[in-house]
Amino acid sequence: MSASNWIADFLSQLPEDITVNQIDIPSITLWQIESNVWQRFAEQAVKKNLRWAAGWAEQIQDRFLINACFEKQGEYVLLRTIINHSNPELPSQATVYPAANRSERHTQDMFGIQFIGHPDNRRWTRHQAWSEDSYPLRKDFPVQGTPVDVTPPDMHYPFIKAHGAGVYEIPVGPVHAGIIEPGHFRFLAVGELILNLEERLGYVHKGIEKIAEGREPESLAKLAGRVSGDTTVGHCWAACMAMEQAAGVKIPPRAALIRGILAERERIANHMGDIGAICNDVAFVFAQMQFTRLRELWLRTNAAVFGHRLLMDKIVPGGVVCDLSDESCALINKEIVALRKELTEVILALDLNSSLEDRLYTAGYLSEEIAAAFGTVGYVGRASGQDKDVRRDTPYAPYDQVTVMVALENQGDIASRFWVRYKEIRTGLRLIENFIDQLVVGDLRSDWKMPSAGSEGLGIVESWRGEIISHIRFDADNKIARYYPRDPSQLNWPALEKLVLNNIVPDFPVCNKSVNGSYSGNDL
Amino acid sequence: MLRIFKKILTTGVVTEKFKAPKDTELEQLGIEIKNHIDKQFSGSIAIRQVDAGSCNGCELEIHALNNPFYDIERFGVHFVASPRHADVLLVTGPVSRHMQTALLRTYEATPNPKWVVAAGDCAACGGEFGVSYGSCGAVSNVIPVDAVIAGCPPTPLALMKGLLGLMNTKK
Repeated sequence: MSASNWIADFLSQLPEDITVNQIDIPSITLWQIESNVWQRFAEQAVKKNLRWAAGWAEQIQDRFLINACFEKQGEYVLLRTIINHSNPELPSQATVYPAANRSERHTQDMFGIQFIGHPDNRRWTRHQAWSEDSYPLRKDFPVQGTPVDVTPPDMHYPFIKAHGAGVYEIPVGPVHAGIIEPGHFRFLAVGELILNLEERLGYVHKGIEKIAEGREPESLAKLAGRVSGDTTVGHCWAACMAMEQAAGVKIPPRAALIRGILAERERIANHMGDIGAICNDVAFVFAQMQFTRLRELWLRTNAAVFGHRLLMDKIVPGGVVCDLSDESCALINKEIVALRKELTEVILALDLNSSLEDRLYTAGYLSEEIAAAFGTVGYVGRASGQDKDVRRDTPYAPYDQVTVMVALENQGDIASRFWVRYKEIRTGLRLIENFIDQLVVGDLRSDWKMPSAGSEGLGIVESWRGEIISHIRFDADNKIARYYPRDPSQLNWPALEKLVLNNIVPDFPVCNKSVNGSYSGNDL
Repeated sequence: MLRIFKKILTTGVVTEKFKAPKDTELEQLGIEIKNHIDKQFSGSIAIRQVDAGSCNGCELEIHALNNPFYDIERFGVHFVASPRHADVLLVTGPVSRHMQTALLRTYEATPNPKWVVAAGDCAACGGEFGVSYGSCGAVSNVIPVDAVIAGCPPTPLALMKGLLGLMNTKK
């Protein structure tokens, strides 16, 4: 069945009371429905195995637009409904899709929109920085807000409780005992066994969506590059893709190839860091030292060739601001050959190690069913049989010119997430070589065209952590009206709560590292 | 096991030689030191890193300080798990309002004498995020700061020079 077939079938099989208004805008399949069938649509979608991928709201004058993005077989559909400012409520989709749960709570906190029937309507993004009856993403909320001198701690969040002999709670964070981002974890344990884990995030919420409003494209790209520092290329690309779509700007082929090289270099750097850190969390320091060494060499090449170790601000609206000379290409190719040799030596030493096997196999198991239900993406999904990769399924330049081999495992444990990463390093290296081979002479950046007021774009890319979906809407005068980035972590964090169950508390760090969600990308 | 030994031996020691920075060099790197660490501490400092709202870019580079090239522990700089064991708080990010109390409490939990290093442009001046309903901006808006290491993110070399500059290791 070809990809577009499901769309026709799906529409023809919808019950009569769900009327879909297909709206014609460039590059996006946009369906508008009435708000009263919002949940009923989700029921139909889940039956046909559509994946819920993202949800966000926008305010346009006195109306709210509620958006949900669905995907199947690489085809994305943007579902939209419009509700009135005076009665901001609609039926919840989280009852059908667990993946929509936190997203709807975020929209509830930021816009004051009620999702009727939501299985868990506790606050999510809001702690104590603004009051319960004010909503930062409403247009009448000033960007400075009305903060008090010292924002009080979020003391009374109603965590899930357990009662019984021998059950106890372990609160962890927000400040953690390492060099990591802040967040709170509440464990319920019996002995060492984890009965339940509840994540309480939102600590690094810094108003990214709000401060995006009113920016010009270049400034928005800079902000996007700091949604999650480890994914600076991924987020910057997704945001630029959305802006370019809205403005009708096509990037030059050379720029697309360089973006591809940047993205694969980011993927490889992060995967090397993660593989080392996973081993370090089970006290296998040899791997940590080797992989941090290889990562450092890799980042030094980034600095030498592109001028920034983490590749920040290299992707800009319309193209890129870095070029590759012949010498740089030769340097990168040489580095790849050397890295392959080293990886083989190190990985053989790890693969035959029984203490690693004991700790990584079967630990942190995430079943295919749960991975699918939560719509997990990236290496977390692919280690649990979710055969999805935007680079292959919805190819965008330059991935439309190459074959992307998607790494897949179905054991669902930490070892699977380890091996998916390793395989992705190998395919990433090959992709960089392909892109260098195909590097055409030409411009690095297209001229920017002022987008018309109200135009919108949807940037979807496969970052190192998984699929990113970014939505942009322009106001008049080249200004951003709305920016919403859905980091892969937003879908993968809930899976962590599930995969740690029945593991012991001391294995939590390695379980957490194997998922490696971004706190900043989640909290925005 | 033999493979591991072979790889360790063939890798050798990659740790790089490193000179204590001069004042002019610190200035070039955007490092500002307002208050040096006491002589009696300067042989060894314990650092508690606090991400008060960063995008995690700074954390990646702080991590790199422990890789075999920089190996910052050889200079007596080590990262500890509790503020109660720390001499220095290394704070990144604009301080998000949701982290404000946590940062204040971490500061209070750190025994005197203590020093605060604001690492990265956001910690130094609010960076790309500034002050808003969700962000207090620079670390100095929340707790007193003794040294600033600029950069987005600061490179491991800049971080290392900043920390060693703070320790006043110059002979």
